[in-house]
Amino acid sequence: MRFGRWSFRLAAVVVPLALAACKGGGSSGDAVAGSSAQAKAPAKLGAALSMTGAAATYGQSQKNGLEAATEEVNASGSLQGIKLELLVEDDATSKEQGINVFQRFINTDKVSVIIGPTLSTTATAADPLAQQAKVPVLAISNTSPTGITDIGDYIWRDSLTEAQVVPGAVKKAKAKLGFKTAAVLYGNDDVFTKAGYDVMKKALADETVTVVDTQTFAKPDRDFSAQLTAIKGKKPDILVVSALADNAAAIVAQARQLGYAGPILGGNGFNSPAFIKNAGPAAEGVLVGTSWNSASTAPANQRFKELMQKRGTNPDQFSAQAYSGVLIIAEAVRKAGYKTGRDDIKNGFAQVKDLDTPLGKFSFTPSRDAQHEPAVQQVKDGKFQIVE
Amino acid sequence: MWQQAINGVFLGAIYALFAVGYALVFGVLDILNLAHQAVFTVSAFVALAFVAGGSMPLAIAMPVALLAAGLIGIGLERVAFRPLRGRSDSNISGLISSLAAATILEAVALQIWGPDVRRFPQGTFPDKPLSVLGATVSALQLTIIAVSVALMAALTALLRATRLGRQIRAVAESPRAARILGVDVDRVIAWSFFLSSALGGAAGVLFGVAFNSVSPDMGRSVELKGLAVIILGGMGSIAGAVIAGFALGLLEVLTVVQLGSSWRDAVSFGVLFLVLLVRPSGLLGKAAIREA
Repeated sequence: MRFGRWSFRLAAVVVPLALAACKGGGSSGDAVAGSSAQAKAPAKLGAALSMTGAAATYGQSQKNGLEAATEEVNASGSLQGIKLELLVEDDATSKEQGINVFQRFINTDKVSVIIGPTLSTTATAADPLAQQAKVPVLAISNTSPTGITDIGDYIWRDSLTEAQVVPGAVKKAKAKLGFKTAAVLYGNDDVFTKAGYDVMKKALADETVTVVDTQTFAKPDRDFSAQLTAIKGKKPDILVVSALADNAAAIVAQARQLGYAGPILGGNGFNSPAFIKNAGPAAEGVLVGTSWNSASTAPANQRFKELMQKRGTNPDQFSAQAYSGVLIIAEAVRKAGYKTGRDDIKNGFAQVKDLDTPLGKFSFTPSRDAQHEPAVQQVKDGKFQIVE
Repeated sequence: MWQQAINGVFLGAIYALFAVGYALVFGVLDILNLAHQAVFTVSAFVALAFVAGGSMPLAIAMPVALLAAGLIGIGLERVAFRPLRGRSDSNISGLISSLAAATILEAVALQIWGPDVRRFPQGTFPDKPLSVLGATVSALQLTIIAVSVALMAALTALLRATRLGRQIRAVAESPRAARILGVDVDRVIAWSFFLSSALGGAAGVLFGVAFNSVSPDMGRSVELKGLAVIILGGMGSIAGAVIAGFALGLLEVLTVVQLGSSWRDAVSFGVLFLVLLVRPSGLLGKAAIREA
């Protein structure tokens, strides 16, 4: 029996390979840096960003935002001679790599504060290491409502959660379009897209919208036509999608290809110029809740947009949150009396209040989450425009 | 329902085309070429480079990409398989070296084209939705189904009716006997790799155009499906791979419709498991490639 022999051999190869892949990151015996660094020593910011993998489109934006803000703070001299030193490492959109990068930041580079990681999924795996080592983490894009800042008192974030953004978007869209039924499509293999779905479900129920169909997909999927055809058959008034930007673009393009003409409301994953670029004309009219009001005329926002354009990149929510993150850390250093130790920065975070950032007046909630005004935007002529 | 059937056939056509290449090499050499999915990826990138960079029409870029894929296949055979041939453990060592080749090819694609998802320029293929019996089908989908069926038919004709086809079948039956009868076995194996990789490359280009998304990890999403298809079809059976490819496509779509999309892979691999319990040799297990 040819196959029996083969499957056995296949198992003999695959099993050890799988075991080897599970080896995980080694532990390092380094002592953790003391909490009070000498004055004037540079403050090291370790940023774990997804420069490769499924979330690479966000990582690049974030890097741009962090670099622009670091240069600006250093040039301004507002920290009494303390320089910010930015280290960027790639978390490869994976938990394993995220853990390795965190261990390196904590034990080898001995950073004052960790920024990131890009995805909530990675954060749930890596943040506990920082909590245990008492290294403050400022998340700049984790939007899962649960499982991030509740890891512990060293975990903070400047990104609004889906729970803070989506209900507002659903409400505004309903006021504008008056839909009664909705179909939902979401990625069920990712903490962020799954959490986005939970929030959407609740927000739709709160607005008394009937959900006529719910479909799922996985991150590596490229073909969504079966799900979309099923959804189209149920004739919903609106299609609500929780997906990362790459999948989002394909979903919207395929929905239009299959002849779905109704409105589409996206979760936070749609918040990237890459979504519009990749979906092309299919992106027109898509609604997205956002934590960054790109149309805001506040000086902090205007300066941010100028700086990004000078660097030759389009500002987006992810670079705005990254840029704001560095401003918040600088403010925390000031509030801590110009000290850059790990606990100094953690205590400084707690005192940040109504700080002017591109996101608006920024404060932390008592649960260390972000607090500022969200907005809703719509794609028009290949650009996100704020819906008034 | 009719629309879903078309979705299933469409997906199945790509699975089948991809798996036929796997089956061809397995049928001839008894070796699973795990680099097949990397060839699939690289070929899609090559087509994209010619369309986006060289502004060539797809009708020209695709044959070029197929040729490139075929040549990569010959290179693979030369580097990853031929040196190991004749060893007692060549099945396993070949499997490992093809895994290494896949990793290298993926890394090369990552170096040249970067990690981002890339797309064919708008309007690469005139994408007009047609209405067929109430279902929306794009001209692109119909073309893809037609091209993949035509390629599979061409392979079958080649195996049945040409001198090379007879030689491939002879080598599949017994390399030693074929050599005694004067067949240049090395050359025939190289050709098998060429054909197999060209078909895998064709599947890659069609996949990239169909879902308008080309990325270094795109092969991952078909790799396991392709393995499932050749196991389901009976290892090394071309006809089995074709039938199983379409069956898997339809099964996936049916699962999404009836049970919900979360169940899709569970049902697909559950059926695979059942088939192996009831019919360990697969659907057409006995009819290996030598009978074509």
